[in-house]
Amino acid sequence: MSAAEDLLLGDGPAERIAAAVRAGKIAARAVAEAALAHIAAKDCVVNAFTDVTRERALAEADAVDAARAAGRDPGPLAGVPYAVKNLVDIAGLPTRAGSRINRERPSAVRDGAVVLRMKAAGAVLLGALNMGEYAYDFTGENAHDGPSRNPRDPGRMSGGSSGGSGAAVAAGFVPLAVGSDTNGSIRVPSSLCGIFGLKPTFGRVSRAGSFPFVASLDHLGPLARSVRDLAIAYDAMQGHDSADPVSANRHAEPAAPAIEQGATGLRIAVAAGYFERGGAPEAHQAVEVAAASLGVSRRIAIPEAHRARAAAYVITASEGGALHRERLAARAADFDPATRDRFIAGALIPAAWYVQAQRFRRWYRARVLELFREVHVLLAPATPVTAPALGQAVMTLGGTEIPVRANLGLFTQPISFIGLPAAVAPLPRPGGLPIGIQIIAAPWCEADALRVAYELERRGVARAPAAP
Amino acid sequence: MNTKTPFDAEGYVDAALAALGLEVNPEWKPGIIAHFRRTAEIAQAFLDFPLADDDEPAPVFTP
Repeated sequence: MSAAEDLLLGDGPAERIAAAVRAGKIAARAVAEAALAHIAAKDCVVNAFTDVTRERALAEADAVDAARAAGRDPGPLAGVPYAVKNLVDIAGLPTRAGSRINRERPSAVRDGAVVLRMKAAGAVLLGALNMGEYAYDFTGENAHDGPSRNPRDPGRMSGGSSGGSGAAVAAGFVPLAVGSDTNGSIRVPSSLCGIFGLKPTFGRVSRAGSFPFVASLDHLGPLARSVRDLAIAYDAMQGHDSADPVSANRHAEPAAPAIEQGATGLRIAVAAGYFERGGAPEAHQAVEVAAASLGVSRRIAIPEAHRARAAAYVITASEGGALHRERLAARAADFDPATRDRFIAGALIPAAWYVQAQRFRRWYRARVLELFREVHVLLAPATPVTAPALGQAVMTLGGTEIPVRANLGLFTQPISFIGLPAAVAPLPRPGGLPIGIQIIAAPWCEADALRVAYELERRGVARAPAAP
Repeated sequence: MNTKTPFDAEGYVDAALAALGLEVNPEWKPGIIAHFRRTAEIAQAFLDFPLADDDEPAPVFTP
């Protein structure tokens, strides 16, 4: 194995690559070439990438090497390969957003805000990643591009809708990926692919230059194989952007410097009630394992979480359906059959239901924020199950058969509904597939969630090796 | 609209599709109606929930 491959597939790849590139121990170009070769050899199975931007990657890597040679700071992510969910604009490519329709549009003329920020940090873009159509998905399946496959078992789902993002990181193709999360689309693939992920606070990371889904609930965020890598990527991405109407007017609050504090001084509880039932035993056991390691015995119920999920569902269907109304009128047959009927039904939702869901959101936010006066962090399952088989339509939980597609976000929806930051930490299961837990913090306290994730990683409870 | 008193989901879907100018393949209709009926059931979870008049939505739009 070459030095570059060793860095890509080893632990904490982003941090180690950036350190090696910054120190002149390895060229960013060598790292990019190794990552491109790995993708060329393995992505025929995983299907994480829809576009590989080889020429751009080599040019960006050369620019990093040139900056270093000239004595300029090549950035905190110098030479670190990454890729973005294909709903983020990449100059020169159509932003397909997982759809057939959008790929016929003209190519993006400029990069999305998050790509510009990653580039400014010295990261090297390798391409665009597969996703569920228009992000209305928890499975990673896609009728147009084929499914993203789970690198830990290619017969299984990656999770979605940021399926390519989860798969590309778990496969070791890239140390970092950018995903979007409206109801769980970063957290579900992080859990099923066994990697770390962060859905930041709503408004923290600019969505400018990304194809929308649900304006009230859309977030962008990073996926990675170590907590430090996740924090460095998040720090590169965060910050106010007037081009995103929901971007919070706050200064960047770097999280990476804080994570080594670990869980010391943080009050942590297990999310009780709704979050303690409804999943397979391994989903709830993962939370108990993490809680035991952290010495957490406190349990706090999040009130009315089932209503929060219902309201998130209706807001999603309604805003998503309205966004796509003209496309549904003109080209419904070109939609993925897995999203089409749901988008059409969503477009028909009475305004009174939608407004009531938004009003409930306000009520729920106030109740949940009260809990954060008592604790800093809540632990909950990320997904109700480990990765289902590709094409699997139903699963049996608690003796009841329920649809896979609608229920993978059972535990993530009530959290993103009010924009709380949530990290996912993956727990390996010997002889089985990994499963993640959510580490949920108060608004604008991403660092608290990352500190707990780091503590679990340091204790060996959470771990995200590259898939063999 | 209250799903506790049965309503004509098929009729509603037809009327709303017409109002929005959406013509759909008849083969998709059962799926659309099923999704709408399911959405109505899900919505009941918060439509039944008592809220005060000052529980207003919290839009982030800033003029």
